[in-house]
Amino acid sequence: MASLQVSGVTVSFGGNRALDGVALTAEAGRVTGLIGPNGAGKSTLFDVASGLRRPSSGQVRLDGRDVTRARPSARARHGLARTFQRLELFGRLSVRDNLLVAAELGPERRRADRIVTEILHRLELTDLADTSPDALPTGVGRLVEVGRALAIRPKVLLLDEPAAGQDVEETERFAELLRALTDDGTAVVLVEHDMSLVMAVCDEVYVLDLGKIIAVGPPEVIRSDETVLAAYLGDA
Amino acid sequence: MDQFLTFGIVGLSTAAIYAVIGSGLVLTYTTTGVFNFAHGAAGMLSAFMYWQLTVGWGWPVPVALVVVLLVLAPGFGLLVERFVLRPVQALGEAERLVMTVALLSGLIATARWIWDPNVARPLPMFFAARKPIHLGPAVITWHQAITMAVAVAVAIGLRILLYRTRAGAEMRAAVDDRALVGLTGADPVRAGRVSWILGTQLAAIGGILIAPTVTLDAAQLSLLIVSAYTAAVFGRLRSLPLTFLGAVVVGCMESYLTGYLPQNEYLPGLRLAAPAFLLFLALLVFPHRRLRGRERRLARVPVPTARGTLVFAAVVIAFGAVLASLLGEADLITYGAIFSLGVVALSYVPLAGYAGQVSLCQLSMAGIGAVVWGHLGAHGQLWALGAAILVSAAAGALVALPALRLSGVYLALGTAAFAVILDRWIFGIPAFHVFGLRIALFDQGSVDVSGPRLFGLRLDSGRELMVFAAVCLALASIGVAALRRSRFGRRLIALRDSEAAYATLGGNLLVAKVAVFALASGIAGLGGALYGMQQRTVTADQFSLIAGLPIFLVAVVGGLGAVGNGLFAGTAFVAPTNALIAIAPGTANLVALLPGLAGVGLGHNPDGIVSRFRRQWEPLARDRIALPILLCVLALAWALRFTDVINDWTYYGGSLVIAAALRAWASARQAEPAEPEIPVEWWGLRRAWRPEDEEVLARGVAAG
Ligand SMILES: Nc1ncnc2c1ncn2[C@@H]1O[C@H](COP(=O)(O)OP(=O)(O)O)[C@@H](O)[C@H]1O
Ligand SMILES: [Mg+2]
Repeated sequence: MASLQVSGVTVSFGGNRALDGVALTAEAGRVTGLIGPNGAGKSTLFDVASGLRRPSSGQVRLDGRDVTRARPSARARHGLARTFQRLELFGRLSVRDNLLVAAELGPERRRADRIVTEILHRLELTDLADTSPDALPTGVGRLVEVGRALAIRPKVLLLDEPAAGQDVEETERFAELLRALTDDGTAVVLVEHDMSLVMAVCDEVYVLDLGKIIAVGPPEVIRSDETVLAAYLGDA
Repeated sequence: MDQFLTFGIVGLSTAAIYAVIGSGLVLTYTTTGVFNFAHGAAGMLSAFMYWQLTVGWGWPVPVALVVVLLVLAPGFGLLVERFVLRPVQALGEAERLVMTVALLSGLIATARWIWDPNVARPLPMFFAARKPIHLGPAVITWHQAITMAVAVAVAIGLRILLYRTRAGAEMRAAVDDRALVGLTGADPVRAGRVSWILGTQLAAIGGILIAPTVTLDAAQLSLLIVSAYTAAVFGRLRSLPLTFLGAVVVGCMESYLTGYLPQNEYLPGLRLAAPAFLLFLALLVFPHRRLRGRERRLARVPVPTARGTLVFAAVVIAFGAVLASLLGEADLITYGAIFSLGVVALSYVPLAGYAGQVSLCQLSMAGIGAVVWGHLGAHGQLWALGAAILVSAAAGALVALPALRLSGVYLALGTAAFAVILDRWIFGIPAFHVFGLRIALFDQGSVDVSGPRLFGLRLDSGRELMVFAAVCLALASIGVAALRRSRFGRRLIALRDSEAAYATLGGNLLVAKVAVFALASGIAGLGGALYGMQQRTVTADQFSLIAGLPIFLVAVVGGLGAVGNGLFAGTAFVAPTNALIAIAPGTANLVALLPGLAGVGLGHNPDGIVSRFRRQWEPLARDRIALPILLCVLALAWALRFTDVINDWTYYGGSLVIAAALRAWASARQAEPAEPEIPVEWWGLRRAWRPEDEEVLARGVAAG
């Protein structure tokens, strides 16, 4: 059962096609990787999926339901959550309240306090609960974004470079977290530059370049795909 | 047909003026990113100076024109650029906005101070003596012809400047990307300076041309700018040709409305309010680039503790009771406004402080509250106070709907337009009937307002009303503090910090914004009703846009995130000015400048005074010896004053001095023992990041 299904999505900024007929499917209980050079259109695809940007053509389906014209808040209620590459934390609220706002908007608002405590614990953020997210290093801020997204108990979770700025050990813990999430049946889409993380956790990887999907497949196939290597080397 | 032509010509010549003023606005906005609310006021001041030179001192017209346009206006533009805007250039959009609003308020006060508003100052048209020009059936006066010629010259001149000169190229570069101008070798500071000079000159030309056709009145002239704003919004604040087109639409519409609007008692105000209407519409119809780009620093929103809130509420009531027990009847009316206008100012805390919606029509909402209470509560029934709050809240929700599409400068403009529509038109409409229900507003005059009936008691004296208002302010402050700690309060703050995140988490922007506008307007409506009770009778003027600006400024200076702001803003707005006037009656005009000046001082203290005040006085509040001493001394002083042993000045001055001394003593006693060392790497994590940390780090790095 496909949890998130994007098909034929095209987005243009002025004359530039940032996305050109992109299709992507993310299934429950799996981590779907989305990789590609900077400017490939990964964040724009997340904007389309979460409803912040209308595509000029194409469809977005959540759990089989067409949500292409739905507002971001409606998609969240249908179980979609995301994080932002450029952090969008609530800077004037404490870390705990960042999560609390989300939990109170989610389906289990009665248990909001308990959910927040549990997530803080899980992400090892409990000690920082009362600090302002503005005072945190970006790596920790990304973790708070992940926690906030988790607080609405999503069925589909879009993560935009969540592990950037983490060291090896932290990345390892993050991989654990992703596996635990998929065990609970969440569909995760992961945008990430750290190839070892992508290879370690993804069940399937999409490669985006200049707004087009140039390859799809299991990580070990993608690793040795000629076109993919060309796109990355050409970029470097 | 002739009449149609005549009105067309009047319309076009007015349009020419709007075009000139509007293009100045667009010029400064695009080059510096500052939307200058005081742009019209600069034109107004120029018109007054021109009057002073020509009519007042009898200088020849050409000399006066040269002095105003080539010396005074550029000088003024430079001063503003250097001392008002450069300090806040790095701050958020809201702060820049506040600066120009402060400037507007200050300029109007200055003009009224120098030029007594009660004296008529006719300004002759250019070449008034010459015979008008006949063009077929149309008649054009020389003034009109010159006006139109000037607009054409300005259009051509701007075109040449922007596309044929180096300064123009720099200005266009600044438009495209302010951060990149530096890289291309252009000088953004110089581009900004040139645009301020030019912008002010254009405003001055417009002011001088329009003044002879209307009355020379500071507030009215500054508000004529609404039409020029509308023209600029037609150009989306970016395009000069579209701004000219917009000016033609606005000018002709005004002129034809004058000519063809049916004569009845409901509509004359509509003509006055028409530009504001059009502005409102234009804001809604034209798509605006989303004002993205994060503000560098948002003011904090402290979480008040339950105990602190209760103590604060008790202080508010005690303050009201003390004032009520000591003041005479006239002073009770004057200083009663501390609490009623304090409630109005408090409405900014959830709206602008938490939710970040800068609205300039809160005093208009207060006006609605006052009118509803005045009519329904004539016999003091308490339910009417509820009705006043509800009607104001409904009006607030009505503003919120269009406001959803607007943010930042556009929202401020839209709400300003709304305030003008209310004040110029709606408030002046005579009573009418809807479904047999009589609906009355200010009835083209004043409305009598009486006090409420509470537990069978009629509160009617200034004394009772002051205490009542203080209790209301205390309750409203408790309410806002509770809001800050509530789910809704968290949502408002979240929505301001990141709309994108709030929406993708499932938050409904529409519901939250409408709710907060309604809530804030309800609070303002309560304040207005209280203010009305104290004043006994109210007129529409008391609730106009211009009257509301200083309250907004003082609230911003207090710090929009702080619940204590109601008391602070009310006190700061009412007390020092009136006390100064009482000491030295000659300062009345100077005093009107204070809020404007205070706003200009904001650049240096963006977090607001209230939170700083709180930090400074906290040691005293926590001290188990100093606090009881203070309370005893205050009670004793009050008793002495009450029994007339000491006079007012000894009482108020003495209380302040003693409190300050005790505060100093308490903070010295509590000088905290050094806190445990926290390694540098953990600053901001194990303990909160402090502003001074940056400096310490920088010094450490410099020392190697
Ligand atoms: N708001 C925008 N306006 C114009 N162009 C944009 C905007 N957002 C993204 N782009 C362009 O779209 C392309 C894809 O950007 P993005 O989705 O951020 O890439 P990625 O996340 O893969 O690095 C880039 O070329 C970028 O310049
Ligand atoms: Mg990206």
